[in-house]
Amino acid sequence: MHIMMFTERPYTEVSEDEIIKNASFFGVSNENLNPAIGGELYNSYFDEAVYSEKMGFDGVMLNEHHGTPFCGGSVMNIEAAVLARITENIKIVLLGNPLPVADPLRLAEELAMIDMISNGRLVSGWVRGAGSESIYNNANPAYNRELFEEAHDFVIKTWTTPGPFRYEGKHYQYRHVNPWVLPIQKPYPQMWIPGLVSPETVVWCAKHRYPYLALATFLEPTLEMAQLYRDTAAQEGYEFGPENFGYLQRVVVAETEEKAQELGKSFFFGGGIAAFARPEWMFPPGYNSKAATRRLAKVFADPNAREGGSGPTGLQGTTSLQPVETQEEIEANRKIIYSRYQAEQDNLQLIVGTPETVIPKIRHILETVRPGIFAMWHHFGPMSHEDRMTSIRLMGEEVLPAMRGISDELGLVSPYDRQPGSRPLAAPVAH
Amino acid sequence: MTGSSNGYSEGHSNGYTEGTVQVGGTALTMIRGGSGRPLLVLHEELGHPGWLSWHKALAEDHLLNIPIHPGFGTLPRADWVTGVRDLAGFYSRMLGDMAVEPVDVIGFSLGGWIAAEMAAACADQFNSMVLVAPMGIRPRDGEIKDLFVVTARAYLDASVHDAENTPEFAALYGGATTPEQYETWEDARAESARLAWKPYMHNDSLSPLLEGVRGLPTLLIWGREDQIVPLQSGQIYNRSIAGSELAVFDDCGHRPETEQTEQFVNRVRNFLA
Repeated sequence: MHIMMFTERPYTEVSEDEIIKNASFFGVSNENLNPAIGGELYNSYFDEAVYSEKMGFDGVMLNEHHGTPFCGGSVMNIEAAVLARITENIKIVLLGNPLPVADPLRLAEELAMIDMISNGRLVSGWVRGAGSESIYNNANPAYNRELFEEAHDFVIKTWTTPGPFRYEGKHYQYRHVNPWVLPIQKPYPQMWIPGLVSPETVVWCAKHRYPYLALATFLEPTLEMAQLYRDTAAQEGYEFGPENFGYLQRVVVAETEEKAQELGKSFFFGGGIAAFARPEWMFPPGYNSKAATRRLAKVFADPNAREGGSGPTGLQGTTSLQPVETQEEIEANRKIIYSRYQAEQDNLQLIVGTPETVIPKIRHILETVRPGIFAMWHHFGPMSHEDRMTSIRLMGEEVLPAMRGISDELGLVSPYDRQPGSRPLAAPVAH
Repeated sequence: MTGSSNGYSEGHSNGYTEGTVQVGGTALTMIRGGSGRPLLVLHEELGHPGWLSWHKALAEDHLLNIPIHPGFGTLPRADWVTGVRDLAGFYSRMLGDMAVEPVDVIGFSLGGWIAAEMAAACADQFNSMVLVAPMGIRPRDGEIKDLFVVTARAYLDASVHDAENTPEFAALYGGATTPEQYETWEDARAESARLAWKPYMHNDSLSPLLEGVRGLPTLLIWGREDQIVPLQSGQIYNRSIAGSELAVFDDCGHRPETEQTEQFVNRVRNFLA
């Protein structure tokens, strides 16, 4: 199993009240940003990545979001370039670059440089980007999937076709493609795709034989997506295995249970994942497929359907909490936000404790999901550098060795142990 | 547009019929009702709202032809239509295919912009033109309200000056959003985004081209309190189209046809007469 350290690299020195008032991280004014503090945070996150390598993690995972204190990866490739130089062996796993909002030729160059500087340690993941990315970058959400697919095909063509060549596509056109930077890894770095259980993306991954990594999703829909991948793989003529599937979950470890419980609450800062962006920013026009829109229609029409789930809406990344103004309203919403703390632990959406108490929970997840890739999302809200380092240390000393034992026992091979999509079908496909 | 176009088949009959017409490779839903001189009706960015009081009133002396823009209804969209000028060309082709005499046209918001683009390209296809708070020209001060960063519900609420005292609006959009409404609005928002995501709902070449339009009787109708397309856009339209008249309704938002139906119908009927 490939085990990664992950943090959103958030800008945590923002008042929680500002986020609750806005009912969303996206949209909070950048007048609340102190660039000097932000710079210190970046550097401490770099130090933690270096320490993760030392403590035995296989990879450090980065992601990209724009216009939000939620995530520091506004231009993730810059962070990756730094890590390429200051780390030695750890994989630099980008999950992922939001293709529809990028200039794909420039992206092909940036990623090639990261692979060159790191001596072939890049994993190049792709995402459609959250809806807010389309709004922020003014990339038409109604063409999001078309842009994603065309940009993806173009980057691969750029990495595999000797230049110069001319490219005339539907959404992208280039007169002269001939980058003098190319990935060291041939034909190109592994591509892993993270997602929030969108069936269209899972099918796309299975067809391309790219590992799919479910991001802090409930176990039941996660298993449904694994099954969908397995079925699609069978139709494509290969056997699905742990090398095709990954999982990210929130895990924070401390020396004592009491300390861990205190740190765990920071995952609810400002509303946590559920406050990523308001629905109107998460679902800009045309961003969703017709099928996904039909599913959402039921949720938005039925107020009862909004309860439960990862946030008050039941929809990843969105909240039904409304923007508020008065201190009284802020306190009321804060209470609602933190009231879910225990429930999230009970349903294994948040794993908090000492190494001793988290290992059995992780075992349950590994046995259930059988991923070949596991990302430990160990930090989200305000949590000191010291506490983050302790969490990484305890994981390295106690949790990772236990996970490797479980992985061996369960045969959870990673995409580096076995090329995804390389295994012949175990039995004839039933049509 | 007298009722015998290719492939048209009648649907139901509640003062209007619904059928399908073929324009090149694209099937189009067409709603028809009334009798008299043909009037082409181009609907707004959230779709055709249904057969309203104003439709009924104007149908007494006009044959209303209301195409549902490709992508807004249940029929497949036209992939090659990626901008409002494309859609304007599509409708010009429809008129050409139908080999009709010049027609009267009325367009609302996005539909008004489509009509203006058609006129800018070829004013001869119209007898006269009514534009109701059309998109297409950005105001010098203020902004056209962005449909793409708010919910359809919030956009609708901003579109009328006094929702509580606009019974037809309340009847259409009051109460909780139904799954059907949500889906319809999302389809409409998606197609509107394909047409006008960037630049948002305007085209800087429209005003100079409209200056070349001569002899097309044009009525512009605007609510003074329009929160979607500021009145200043109407004033620029008014200056751009030679001989156009700008009727401004007081205490009225972006939907004069629903907010002040009687005044609206009288004004349009007199203008078209």
